[in-house]
Amino acid sequence: MTEPVTIRRATTSTRVSGGLLVLGVVALAMLPYIVVPSQVFGVIDLLVFVVLATMWNLLAGYGGMVSVGQQAYIGIGAYGLVYLADQVGVDAFLAVPLVAILSAAIAIPVSFLAFRLVGGYFAIGTWVIAEVVRLLTVQVDDLGGGSGLSLRSLSDIDSKLRIAYTYWFALGVATVAVVATYLLIRSRLGIALTAIRDEPTAAASNGVEVTRVKRIVFVVSAAGCGAAGAILALSSLRVQPDSVYSVQWTAFMIFMVVIGGVGTLEGPVVGAVLFFLLREWLAQFGVIYLVVLGAVAIVTTLFVPQGLWGLVSRGRLRLFAVGHTVRLPADPNPTPPARPTRP
Amino acid sequence: MTLVNAIVQGVLLGGMYALFATGLSLMFGVMRVVNLAHGDFAVLGAFFALVLVDSAGLSPLVTLLIVVPGMAAFGYLLQRGLLQRTVGASPLPALLVTFGLSIVVQNLLLQLFSADQRRLQLGSFETGSFQIADDLAIGYFPAVVFAIAVALLVGLSLFLRRTQLGRLMRATSDDQETARLMGVDSRNMYALATAIAFATVALAGVLNGVQTNFSPASGPTLLIFAFEAVIIGGLGNLWGTLLGGIVLGVAQNVGAWIEPAQQVLAGHLVFLLVLALRPQGLIAKGAPV
Repeated sequence: MTEPVTIRRATTSTRVSGGLLVLGVVALAMLPYIVVPSQVFGVIDLLVFVVLATMWNLLAGYGGMVSVGQQAYIGIGAYGLVYLADQVGVDAFLAVPLVAILSAAIAIPVSFLAFRLVGGYFAIGTWVIAEVVRLLTVQVDDLGGGSGLSLRSLSDIDSKLRIAYTYWFALGVATVAVVATYLLIRSRLGIALTAIRDEPTAAASNGVEVTRVKRIVFVVSAAGCGAAGAILALSSLRVQPDSVYSVQWTAFMIFMVVIGGVGTLEGPVVGAVLFFLLREWLAQFGVIYLVVLGAVAIVTTLFVPQGLWGLVSRGRLRLFAVGHTVRLPADPNPTPPARPTRP
Repeated sequence: MTLVNAIVQGVLLGGMYALFATGLSLMFGVMRVVNLAHGDFAVLGAFFALVLVDSAGLSPLVTLLIVVPGMAAFGYLLQRGLLQRTVGASPLPALLVTFGLSIVVQNLLLQLFSADQRRLQLGSFETGSFQIADDLAIGYFPAVVFAIAVALLVGLSLFLRRTQLGRLMRATSDDQETARLMGVDSRNMYALATAIAFATVALAGVLNGVQTNFSPASGPTLLIFAFEAVIIGGLGNLWGTLLGGIVLGVAQNVGAWIEPAQQVLAGHLVFLLVLALRPQGLIAKGAPV
C-alpha cells in the first residue's frame, strides 16, 4: 500500500502573501479618503504601469511573444473611451470594460496576421500594425484627426470626485489584470504556456494547441492594454495620437518587466513601482533619462536576467501560488524533498 | 506626376529600401537575430557623415570611406562585446538588448544634434537627371543608389557562395556546434557578419541622408521599411529582398500619387496584404541572406 504522490500549489509564503495582497488592495482603495487628490492622481499612473507591465510580461515572459506594438491597444482604449463617452453617450467609467472588450475583439483578426511572423519579425510586425492603427485613426474626422480629442463628458463632475473614481477604476483594472494573469498561469493554459516557452515543437507534439494558446494570451494582453489606455484618457481628459500611439510605451513596458523580472508575476509589479519612483527623479535629466533607461535595460538583460525580483526571491520566495511542490510518499530510504519548480 | 513616373521613381526608391534591408537580412540569416536598432544605426552613420562634412569639409560621398569602415569596426566590437552574450535558443535577450540600444542611440543623437531635420548636401549631382520623356525623368542620384544596391546584393551573394569566409559563415549559420567542431571560431564569424551588416547599414544611412531628410527620430521608420522589404520579398532570399524593396517603393509612390498624405500607409497596407495572402514572401527561400 503506497501513498499517492501529492502536488501542492500553495506554500506558506503564498498563503501569507495572498492575505497581505488582499489587505494591500483594500488599503489602496482607502487612499482617496486619506491623501489629497493630487497624490491620488499620481498613483493612477502607477496603477496604469502595473497593468501595462503585467500585460507585456504575460505576452513576452510567459507567451514568448515580444511585441513592440502594444501601444495600438493603448490608443484604441483611449480613443474608444472618449468616443463612447462623448459621441455615443455611454457613461465614461462604464466605457472602461467596453473598450477592453473592443481591444480584445480587434486583437483577434490582428493575431491572424501577426502570428505569420515569429521572434524578432513578430516584434517589428506588431510595430507596423500599431503604426497602421495610428495612421488610420488620424484619418477619421470624428476622432479629431491629427490633433486628437478632449473628453468632455466628465467636465461637469467635481474634479476631486472624478480623480477618486478614476483612481478606483484604475485600481480595479490593475487588480483584475494581475489576478487574471495569475489565474491564467495557474490554469491548464499556464502549463501549456510554460511548455511552449521551453520548447514549442515538443509542446505541439504533446498535444498543446500552440497557436490557440498564444492567441488567447495575445487577446488578453490587448484587452488589458486597452483598459490601461482608457484609464489614461480618464485621467488626462485628452487623447493625442502621437502620445497614445507612441512606441515609448513599449520602451517603458520592457524596462519595467526587465528590471522587475521577466516571466514572474511579481516582477512586473516590482518593476512598475520602481519605474514610478525613478521617473520623477530621472525626469530632471531630460533626454538623458531615456538613455539611462535603455542602458539599464541592456545591462539587466545581460547580467541580471532574473531581474530585481529574481535577485531578492532567489526563486524560493513566491507571492503567488503558481509553482508546484511535489511531496513524495513516505519512503524507507528518504530522498531530499524536491525543490519547487519554476512556474 | 504621372502614374508611370510614380512607378519608375518607386522602383528606384526600392533600391534604397533593398540597401537598408540587406544588413537586417544578413544578421538574421547568419545569427537568427533581428536587430531592432538597425534603423538607428543607419541614422548614426548619417550623423557620423554629417559631422565629417561639417568639420572637415568633405563631400558626403568621400565620408563613406571613413563612415563605412568605422561603422563596420563598431559593429564587430558591438557583436563581440555585447550582442554575443545574447546568442542562445531564446530570441528574447537579443530583442531586449537591441531595443535598448535603439532607445540609447536615438536619445543620444537627440541630445547631441537636437530634433532638427538634417540633410547631406551633394550639390548639382543630387538634383541632375536624365530626361526620358516630357514628364518622366530619372535622377542621377537615385539611379546610382539603385545600381549600388544591385551591386551590393550581387557582391554579397558571390561572397557568401564563392569565398572561403562566406562558406564558413553559412556553415556557422546552419549549425554552429558542428562548425565549431570543425575549428570555426563562431564568435568571430558572427562578429564579421555583424561588421558587414553595419557597413551596409552605414552606406544606406549616408545615401539616404543625401536623398532625403533625416533626424534622430528617423530610425524606427527606416527599420520598418527594411523589415517590410525583407518580408514582402521572402525571408532568406537575395533577389526577394530587392523585389520586396521595389514593391514597397512602388506601393508608396503610387499611394502618394493617389493621395499625397498616404505614402507610408500605402506601403504598410501592401505589406499587410502580402503577409495575409503570401506569408512566405513573393520569392520563397533560397540563399541565407
